[in-house]
Amino acid sequence: MTIAETYSVVLVLLTAVAAGLVGSFALMKRMSLAGDVVSHIALPGLGIAMLLKVNPLAGAATALLLGTILIWELQKRATMTTDVAIGVIFTAALAIGTVLTPSEDLIEALFGGFQGLTLLWFVAGVLAVSVVVAFVLAFRHKLILSLFSPELAAATGVNVSRLNLYFLLVFSLTVLLGLRFLGSLLVGALIIIPAAIGRQLTHTLTAFLVMSSLASVLSVLIGFSISRFYPHLLIGHFTLNLTLGPAIIAVATVLFLLSLLRKKT
Amino acid sequence: MLRLSGVNLLTVQNLTVRIEDKLIIDGLNFELAPRERLSILGPNGAGKTVLLKALLNLIPYSGQISWAPEVRLGYVPQKIDADIHLPLTFTDLFRAKCMSLKVSTADLNKVSNSIGLTKELLATPVGHLSGGQFQRGLIAFALIGNPNVLLLDEPTASVDEPGEEHIYELIHRLQQEHHLASIMVSHDVSFVFRYATNVLCLNRQKICFGTPSEALSADVLEKLYAEPMGFYHHDHEHHPNPDASTLTGG
Repeated sequence: MTIAETYSVVLVLLTAVAAGLVGSFALMKRMSLAGDVVSHIALPGLGIAMLLKVNPLAGAATALLLGTILIWELQKRATMTTDVAIGVIFTAALAIGTVLTPSEDLIEALFGGFQGLTLLWFVAGVLAVSVVVAFVLAFRHKLILSLFSPELAAATGVNVSRLNLYFLLVFSLTVLLGLRFLGSLLVGALIIIPAAIGRQLTHTLTAFLVMSSLASVLSVLIGFSISRFYPHLLIGHFTLNLTLGPAIIAVATVLFLLSLLRKKT
Repeated sequence: MLRLSGVNLLTVQNLTVRIEDKLIIDGLNFELAPRERLSILGPNGAGKTVLLKALLNLIPYSGQISWAPEVRLGYVPQKIDADIHLPLTFTDLFRAKCMSLKVSTADLNKVSNSIGLTKELLATPVGHLSGGQFQRGLIAFALIGNPNVLLLDEPTASVDEPGEEHIYELIHRLQQEHHLASIMVSHDVSFVFRYATNVLCLNRQKICFGTPSEALSADVLEKLYAEPMGFYHHDHEHHPNPDASTLTGG
């Protein structure tokens, strides 16, 4: 493994920790669907950046920032149409993104891939993970109050609307971190599925956060190993196409199904 | 007229609240003195919960709501639709409130004990608690940060009848012990007679204000609920039939 690839592996594992933490709160805030589709809006950004021959991640970051503010505004209105609007806008983003993205790059934009990282991107990635983890640790108490009761949190002096914006920005930053490896279709799953596993297996908040991060790291570790050593796994007459993103999410899904075997009390 | 407004914990002047162009509260004036126990009585949709939310600055309003600088508020909401699957315990919530308010967690045990919350209950996910246990948790939550004014929105709404009595007794005891002033939305006229020092009858506007025995005449109650009352029970000691003295309000 080259040094550039090592950077990649370390960063995707760190991203998994961030995804587990953010996903735990996203799940408790009942925004798993909104959270999943927010990643789709990265696609038009990727597509436009590729067309303009600028850094795809810069395009994705811009699109995610706009999408975050849009979701935040929709959440504040809290009307019956919010779900509809989210459904329409973000599936439209997927369609527009698919139209815009050059076809040779489309699969990678949708499903991610694995390539080495320069030291600069690695450092930037580690910094972004640090921001996500620091936010969750520093704001966990306010997040807990606001997800238990936004009204009670506000009465305790928490600016719930601002907190929601911060959370969505951190969520989008996590999406951006995972985008390169998992693509815009699958990165949301790395945030939600490990949290669902954590929720299934634990009863206390701390255990939940730890278990979600662990499930996320385990999914990435096993998924990476499979895609590295068996990228085209032959089973009978079928060849399984195990690139990084799909392999990680397939592993996470299997872990989730296994977690369902444990009866919840 | 000389008025000692400086001694009031709260002065509300010409409070008007509209929600989506609908007038919910119209030109309300009242005051809250230290250690006063004010009950708010009114029919469904009278604006009682909206009034508490305006007092907490959770919704927009016009007019003036002036809290004295020394006031620290504790709030007990009507009910919380807490997700039964949340892995949160009241210990998590108490700590979260302490951290958010930047106050010490040292008094948490004392608060929990005074409410009768055992260690087991504190460690149980909130979705698994009974209505009464949950309500006690919310009251303890309100007491964190050492408030001197409690705002309570029908604190027994999700509690069964015997539990309701315990919750009222608990609140009364805490008010006595901590010298708390309070504003409580209640639908229970017998409670108002027993524990409130003043009552504010609200049906969009102020219908009455004063001590319960002065303010709550049969005429006022009839006007408040806009239909003739069968009777109401005014008994300080004994309530053989609690239903007879209970009005359903919201």
